Amino acid sequence: MEHIPTTWYLLLAAILFSIGAGGVLIRRNTLVIFMCVEMMMNAANLTFVAFAREFGSTTGQVFVFMVMTVAAVEVAIGLAILVELYRHVKSVNIDSFDSLKG
Amino acid sequence: MVEYVWLTIAFPLIGVLINLFFGRLLEDAFSKWFKRSEVTGFIGSVTVVLSFLVSFAIFLQALGIEHFSHQVKLWDWITIGDFHVAISFLVDPLSIIMLLVVTGVGSLIHIYAVGYMDHDEGSARFFTYLNLFVASMLVLVLSDNYAGLYVGWELVGVCSYLLIGFWFFKPSAADAGKKAFIVNRIGDFGFALGIFLIWSTFGTLDYMEVFHEVGASHGEFASVINWVTILLFVGAIGKSAQIPLYVWLPDAMEGPTPVSALIHAATMVTAGVYMIARNNVLFAMAPNVSLVIAFVGAITAFFAATMALVAFDLKRVLAYSTISQLGYMILAVGVGAYAAGIFHLFTHAFFKALLFMAAGSVMHAMKGVIDMRRLGGLKDKMPETYWTFLIGAAALSGFPLITAGFWSKDNILVKAFELQQPNQAFGIILYTIGIITALLTAFYTFRAVFMTFHGEPRDKNLYDHAHENRRVMTLPLWILAIFSIGAGFLGLPSKLGLPNWIEDGWLYSVMAESHEILEHAHHFAHIGFGLEIALLSISAVVALVGIFGAWHVYIRYPQIAVDTARYAGRFYQLVLDKYRVDELYDTWIIEPGKGLADILAKIVDMNFIDKTLVDGSANSVRGLGHIMAILQTGYIRNYVMVIFVGIVVMGVYFFLL
Repeated sequence: MEHIPTTWYLLLAAILFSIGAGGVLIRRNTLVIFMCVEMMMNAANLTFVAFAREFGSTTGQVFVFMVMTVAAVEVAIGLAILVELYRHVKSVNIDSFDSLKG
Repeated sequence: MVEYVWLTIAFPLIGVLINLFFGRLLEDAFSKWFKRSEVTGFIGSVTVVLSFLVSFAIFLQALGIEHFSHQVKLWDWITIGDFHVAISFLVDPLSIIMLLVVTGVGSLIHIYAVGYMDHDEGSARFFTYLNLFVASMLVLVLSDNYAGLYVGWELVGVCSYLLIGFWFFKPSAADAGKKAFIVNRIGDFGFALGIFLIWSTFGTLDYMEVFHEVGASHGEFASVINWVTILLFVGAIGKSAQIPLYVWLPDAMEGPTPVSALIHAATMVTAGVYMIARNNVLFAMAPNVSLVIAFVGAITAFFAATMALVAFDLKRVLAYSTISQLGYMILAVGVGAYAAGIFHLFTHAFFKALLFMAAGSVMHAMKGVIDMRRLGGLKDKMPETYWTFLIGAAALSGFPLITAGFWSKDNILVKAFELQQPNQAFGIILYTIGIITALLTAFYTFRAVFMTFHGEPRDKNLYDHAHENRRVMTLPLWILAIFSIGAGFLGLPSKLGLPNWIEDGWLYSVMAESHEILEHAHHFAHIGFGLEIALLSISAVVALVGIFGAWHVYIRYPQIAVDTARYAGRFYQLVLDKYRVDELYDTWIIEPGKGLADILAKIVDMNFIDKTLVDGSANSVRGLGHIMAILQTGYIRNYVMVIFVGIVVMGVYFFLL
């Protein structure tokens, strides 16, 4: 198997991150926004792993486990909030949560 | 011993702490065996007696030592730049005599109060306040600087307020407490300004340093000293109940009788006299101010005596007589007879405390009735109270030769007579006012004796209820009665070749400097043996005439009093209404004050402060908030956008620039 250069991983991560960021910015479905945030986080994970391989260090890989753990926790809380929001507003459209409007 | 002088203050303070925090608990714990007032009263009395013992030990140590004067510094209290105030005590003959009066008379009054307060639920609170008062008064007389004097001065004012309003559920008592406090504030305002002026002129508040600077000066402080003495005297007017600020003292009789005896007769009200005597060097250098002081004292003495003539409330008679006697003391320190003023303070403390406590004993036996129109004939029912009251009354009227009041009052009158500066005539006028007041004093005092203890009982029910009080109340009366007679022999007229221990011996070193100043100015003429005898005789005759007059009018021909009252008609009514001074103050000061407060409240406060400042600042903040709220669209995408843009801008700034 041919050796894939680190740059490609980084490019892929950048693309994934941009897609995620774009999704957060333009999508209205809260669940989808949520998934986009996850995607951004995993793009970051990918760069960690790529650099870990590049430098032959495990630090980056350990960090990824850390991030994944925190992400799992975050998902649990985020989804709980989402469920509660839905119960109140009967909608998952992000624009219907505008009670902080000044 | 003198370095332990702080113990005299510490003991009553310990009493305060125990009675304040554990008084009720201890009363409940011992309720099976003792009355409430006996438990807390015991603690209160013991602490003051201990304080008296320390004072007496200091007195014994100082006895026979010339120029006894020690400054006992405990610690620095305030240090700001050049401004230093220390917690520090001055122990000299003047403060020792005050120490003995406050703790000695104070002890007896505490013991008496154990019996007097035995029907009262609030005895723990009562003894807490009473002990706090003793500690405060000792701070006042012991401090070696004006700041400490002022602290004590205000603390006794607070205690006076608390104790006058002790029965605060009675509106009249609550009002009287407020009146005393507010009227005193007027005087204290001047007093504080006087102290500020002392500091800004001399840069120190220490008595000794100020006196030293004044003594070393050559007239360059003359106008400052005039102002300082005027301002300090304004404080004395309030505290010592002189015209025009005397109005609080008669109302202060709303408090329990031991309070009237301790605070409003023996100790606190004499603080003004003490303060002037303490600053005798300053006052001796301000002869014109002193003359004003003497006249204020003399006029107050006369004016208050006329009101005492017609009052029917026994305690109020004594209150007016206190104002009148304080007038004598102020007259004395005004003419420069500082030792005579302190001597009268000393004897007055005994016989006036005695009179108040005997009156309280009557009140206690008569279910709180103190109106002399309902008393009468109590002589046989309450023999001990009668005899002690009679001794006190004799001392107050200046019954010749055997009573303390005769010697101390005569001392003042002779000094007033001797006054030469600025004009002999002033001395004669002051003497005349004094001697007329002495006549009135003898008359109203024995009017009270005859109306209360002689004649037929006017209220049969009350009379039958009357009984002599317990030993705990009568014993202090007897001790004070002994001093009401004996204390006079400490200050016999030296011109007759008799020893005036208090003036020429004990207090001489304190007054030496002012004595020299006055001698230098030929302030006093020195009258001879014959004239002294003549003046003494006049005083004696005046006292006897007053007493005889009271007997003539109230016992022999009671109709005379009724006829005179009817004949005098409107004038009688005017005096009975206390010259309507309270109404005058009400119309000209209190009502305009209320009007001004109304204007300030309704126009300045509600319109300017509330609407412009308070509402204005709130509205401007809200307006600014509305502008900022435009940014808060409520769309999360907008917020996220701001975050992203921010990150991009930061990235560009840090990595590309």
